[in-house]
Order: sequence, then structure tokens, then C-alpha cells
Amino acid sequence: MTPKSTMQVPRISAAQLKLLERLTNACAVSGDEGEVRKIVLDEVRPVADEVKVDHLGNVMVIKNGQGKARLRVMLAAHMDEIGFMLIQNEDKEEGIFRFDVVGGVSTSHLAGQSLLIGKDHVPGVIGAKPVHMTTNEEFKNALTVESLRIDVGPGNSNLVKIGDRATFATRFSRVGPSLRAKALDDRLGVCTLIELVKQAPPNIDLLAAFTVQEEVGLRGAKVAAYTLEPDLAIALDSTPANDLPAWDASENTRYNTRVGYGPAIYTADAATLSDPRLIRHLAETAEGAGIPYQYRQPGGGGTDAGAIHKQRAGIPSVSVSVPGRYLHTPVSLARLSDWKNTLALVYLALQRLSPDILQAER
Amino acid sequence: MKSLIQKLVETPGPSGYESKIRQVVRQEIETLADDVRVDAMGNLIALKGSQKPDGKRIMLAAHMDEIGLIATHIDDNGYVRFTTIGGVRAHSCPGGRVHFLNGAKGVIGVEYKENQNEAFSFEQMFIDLGVTIRKDCPVRVGDVAVFERPFIDLGERLVAKSMDDRIGVAVLIETLRQIKDTPHELHFVISVQEEVGVRGATTAAYGIDPELGLAVDVTGTGDTPKGIKMEVGLGKGPAIKVRDAGMLADPRVVNWMVDTAEKNEIPYQFEILEKGGTDARAIQLTRAGVPAGCLSIPCRYVHSPSEMVDYQDVLNAVRLLTELLSQPVDLEQS
Repeated sequence: MTPKSTMQVPRISAAQLKLLERLTNACAVSGDEGEVRKIVLDEVRPVADEVKVDHLGNVMVIKNGQGKARLRVMLAAHMDEIGFMLIQNEDKEEGIFRFDVVGGVSTSHLAGQSLLIGKDHVPGVIGAKPVHMTTNEEFKNALTVESLRIDVGPGNSNLVKIGDRATFATRFSRVGPSLRAKALDDRLGVCTLIELVKQAPPNIDLLAAFTVQEEVGLRGAKVAAYTLEPDLAIALDSTPANDLPAWDASENTRYNTRVGYGPAIYTADAATLSDPRLIRHLAETAEGAGIPYQYRQPGGGGTDAGAIHKQRAGIPSVSVSVPGRYLHTPVSLARLSDWKNTLALVYLALQRLSPDILQAER
Repeated sequence: MKSLIQKLVETPGPSGYESKIRQVVRQEIETLADDVRVDAMGNLIALKGSQKPDGKRIMLAAHMDEIGLIATHIDDNGYVRFTTIGGVRAHSCPGGRVHFLNGAKGVIGVEYKENQNEAFSFEQMFIDLGVTIRKDCPVRVGDVAVFERPFIDLGERLVAKSMDDRIGVAVLIETLRQIKDTPHELHFVISVQEEVGVRGATTAAYGIDPELGLAVDVTGTGDTPKGIKMEVGLGKGPAIKVRDAGMLADPRVVNWMVDTAEKNEIPYQFEILEKGGTDARAIQLTRAGVPAGCLSIPCRYVHSPSEMVDYQDVLNAVRLLTELLSQPVDLEQS
């Protein structure tokens, strides 16, 4: 379902898909977000009123509106992704490195994965003991990071260095209605936010924060919110869709979100209780415009909103995510329709914002 | 004061959804305070007095939110799956009655198990709202509920859900009523979202930027059969917190509270709580740091739907807090 044709909303077409492709193919593990930051800066500089990179590396963009009584609205999307860091060159000749994970990575799917390492995208592979030689006893235990190595090949140790980040080598592609890439969490949010900066509704001052270090504890957003001091905030993120059938064919009651059901509005996660006024505002906007939406199942996890809402004397906050399957693995899948509907919903919700919302009862 | 307590505990207000209880408290304090406002997080803040040369800017905090439940899934037959808001204990849920903020009511049922004595996890529970298909279910994902349990007056002991921390709210309201004269600028913060990690007090403390902070909250007791080993007991007076898992109370604040209790012959006890924390932690750690402490109301069965306090402890807490706030405070002398 697409929004009613009378609504003027930013569209996702070939240019936006190309931008998402560049963003997801770029490597930006927490703390080393330069590659994505550069793309963001190139995109927003021509259209923004003010652009600044803060001490942690957050990109902060201000797009002023027109008219009186404008709300200062912070939108946050994190540039960083989960990945790996080289911690020791164990065999210089062979190019074997010990590594650690950065952010929430499960070790169960790491063996045999292709990686890109460092600023030059040096190829590597995660090695493990071959299945032929694994004992029954070893099969019972999950692989630990300590038992895995990154292999960059003989003579290549000098192409990378300790402290370099590595990400999955997956390249962006489209599969039917789906987007298939690494790091859709949260390049979908980044790409959405770039579009919103380019086509900001004039009734608000849009304060865009492209944040760093979200995957290691919402660190960038914390300082960005301190600086921007907004009236309210919306985090744009991507959240897991665990919507496959249950293995025993029982009803799946723990799906978190479902792909194809539209943008996921947060009511509660481990880090934030969303402001009820903002939840209502988003739901009413979606219903008025005929945009499908879903509530993310309340539960664990957290977004940049978790850091933002507790900043200074408090900032009413909510999150909206594009649902994605297999997030934090080498390949994630999201639906193009969910992304389109997310951009449309957030844009229309911003367009309908007035200072009255903060005077309303919660 | 019992009717005030009853009114407070019978009003629903899970963390993040404190509108109704905020309205009830606001009506109580509107005429008692010099100014009343609601901040960006939803904290209700009453101002009393202005700062004299020997006075301080003091933040008092008692949280109005309570633990509760939030719907995560409505199944084909209209049963509601849920997760918790704050530290709800699984063993106190089965058979419980819940009350959604939209008015819907239901009971908590559990899945069948061979061994019925085995503990149930939240994933094995559901809420039955008396409907048979999803479309008739009056609850949707994200709707919140609290436990339904009437207030009972056992004479010297009072029992209800959400004594944690409506009893603290009652103490702040009553103290605000009784304070005649103060050298201080007093900010009575009826805070939100304490049960999910002292979030309301965090932002309130930043906004107020106090020179001294006190939380009023409940604490556990060690006076029940085979209970936790703890010094505090019901009826031995309000407790002066020395330490909990989230805070080492400022020793000067502890001394100030002890001296004031001694001078006014108000019974008190010392509290060391090995688990849990209060809004005082958020106050202590805001900005460049604030001297902070906590006045605790001893409470049995905390985070169950039947929390019990001693009425004399409550009255003595009001007396002690009123004395503390009516005189200049010199922490260097304490």
C-alpha cells in the first residue's frame, strides 16, 4: 500500500536506491564511521543551513523552517554498524589475526564469512576448524570468538593494522520486493534522514543527527542531544523482524515486527518509554494518510532515543524503525515498501507537528 | 491521611503513563504550593518557599509511577501476551487481576504444565479479557495495565498495590501541607519512570540543579518468616538510608537526618538495602554532583500486588521531613 496520491511526500526512486547502495556498501563500524560520514556530508552540505561534525564524529545538520512558533525537532539515525576489530597479529607471515566483535554480533554464523578490513577494504575471511575435523563433542558447543581468526593471506599482514575495523563483505542487491545488504541497520535510517534534510517540511526547525557509536551503547546520540537541545526527538532505526513461522508450527507470538506491515512505531523498549503524545501523533498520521504501520512489540533493545530522552531536563522522544530480517548478520533483508512507508510517515508526521503537541496531556 | 493514601494507591499509573495519578496529585497540591508545573518528561514539580540567606535549593523526590504490564501480542482467540514495566515478579502474577488504562479488565492465566508446581515465566502467561476472538479484544499492542487490588486498612498497617511509591508521594503531599515556614527554596518533585531506571528524577534533577537532594521511597524489611536478612522492620520508624545498590548516601546528609530525628524525639532506623535504588541516585549524580540522601518508608512484599506499610512510620516520616525542611541546613556541621 502506498500513501494516498494527494499527499506530497518524498519519493524513493532510483537515486535514493543508489544512495542506499553506496551507504550499505560503505564500512563504518562503531568508532570508525568516516566512510559513511563522508557520504552524508556530501549529500547534506548543499541543502543545509548549518553542518557541523562534533568531537565524537556525529554529523549535525540544521535545516531551519519558516514562520513563527517552530518546534525544534531532532531526528537521529546512526551511521555506525556492528563488526569486528583486529586485536593481535598472531602469525605475521600467514596473515592471521585475533579479533574481537564490536556491538551485538552472534558468533554462531561467523566461520567462513568474507570480510573487508580497514579503510582500504582489504579482503579477509574468518577461519575456523574444518567441519571434517570437528569432533562430535565440539559440535555441541557454540564457536567462541577466541577460537576464530581473521585470515588476510600470506604477506598481507602489513596491509592492515591492529585496531582496524572489519565488516561483512556483502554487497547491496535487490531481490524482488526486498533490499538485501549488510548494515541495513541503520543505513536505512541514515538514507531516510538524508532525504528528510533535502525535503524538510518548513513548519519545523529540523535538527538532524547522524550519530556514531550507537551499537556500543547509544554514545554518540547522548552528546548530540546535549548540543542540539531539541523540543522533541524521533530516532529513525531498523529493528529485527523475527516473523518466520515457529519451528513447531505454533503461533509465533514473539516476532518483534513483521516485514511488509509498514513502519514500526515504538511504545516501549529496554531504553525508552516513548512519549504517548508522539506515539499517538504517528499513529494518527498513518491512519489519516492511509499508510500501514505496526507497533513494535514492547520488550528489549534500544535506540538512540534511549540516550536522547534523558538528556538535560528531558526530551520527549519516540522511535520509528524499518523492520528487517537477519539484522546483525552478514545479510539482512528489508522490504522496499516498508522503507517507502517509513519515509512517508515520518515526513507527514513532521509536517503536522505544532507546539500544541507538547501542551497536550500525555 | 489514610483517605489520601487510599486515593493515591487506587489510581493507576504505570511508568510512562502517569497522567491519571499526576492529575490526582496535582489537585491535592495546587493550593499548597507557590507554583506547580509539569516538565518535559512529565514530572510534577511543586515549588514552595524562596531561598533565604541561610537556605538552600532543595529537591525532594517521590515517584508516582508504579510497576505494571504492557501488551505485546493479541492472539487469534483474543488472549493477550505481555511483558513487564519495571520489576514485576513472575510468581506474583498467575491468578492476578489487571486493569488496563483504557478501562479494560482481565485475569492472568498460565499455559498447562505437567508439573504445576514449576515456576512460570512471563512467556507462559497471558491475560484473558473474556473475549473469544481477536477483533473483540479491547486491548492492542502497547497498551498498559496495572494490578487491581483494593486498599485494605488493618488499623496500624495498610496494604495495597503501589505503596511503592505512592506512600512516598503521600508523605511529600502531607509535608507540603504541614510546612509553615522554610528558609529554603523547596522543589517537591513527584517523579515519573522511576521503576524503569530513575529516568524522571534524572532529568528533573538536571532542570532544578539542586544544592541538596532527598528521595522519599519505600525500602524492604527483614521482619518476615525466613525473610531476607535486613535490619529494617515495620513500626520502628522511618528509615534513614546509608546505602543501597545505587547510592552511598552522603554521610553529612545522614547525620543531618539523624540529628534532627534525635532532637525531635522521632523514632528512626538505619537502612542498608543490598538491592535496589531510588531517585536519590539520579539527584546525587546530576551535573557536578549533589549531596543526597533518602528517607525510606519500611515496606513488606515490595513489588507484589499487596505491599504493606506501618501507619505510624508514615506519620513519623512526615514529622521528620517537616522538621528537616523547616530549619536551615549546615552540612559542614553535620
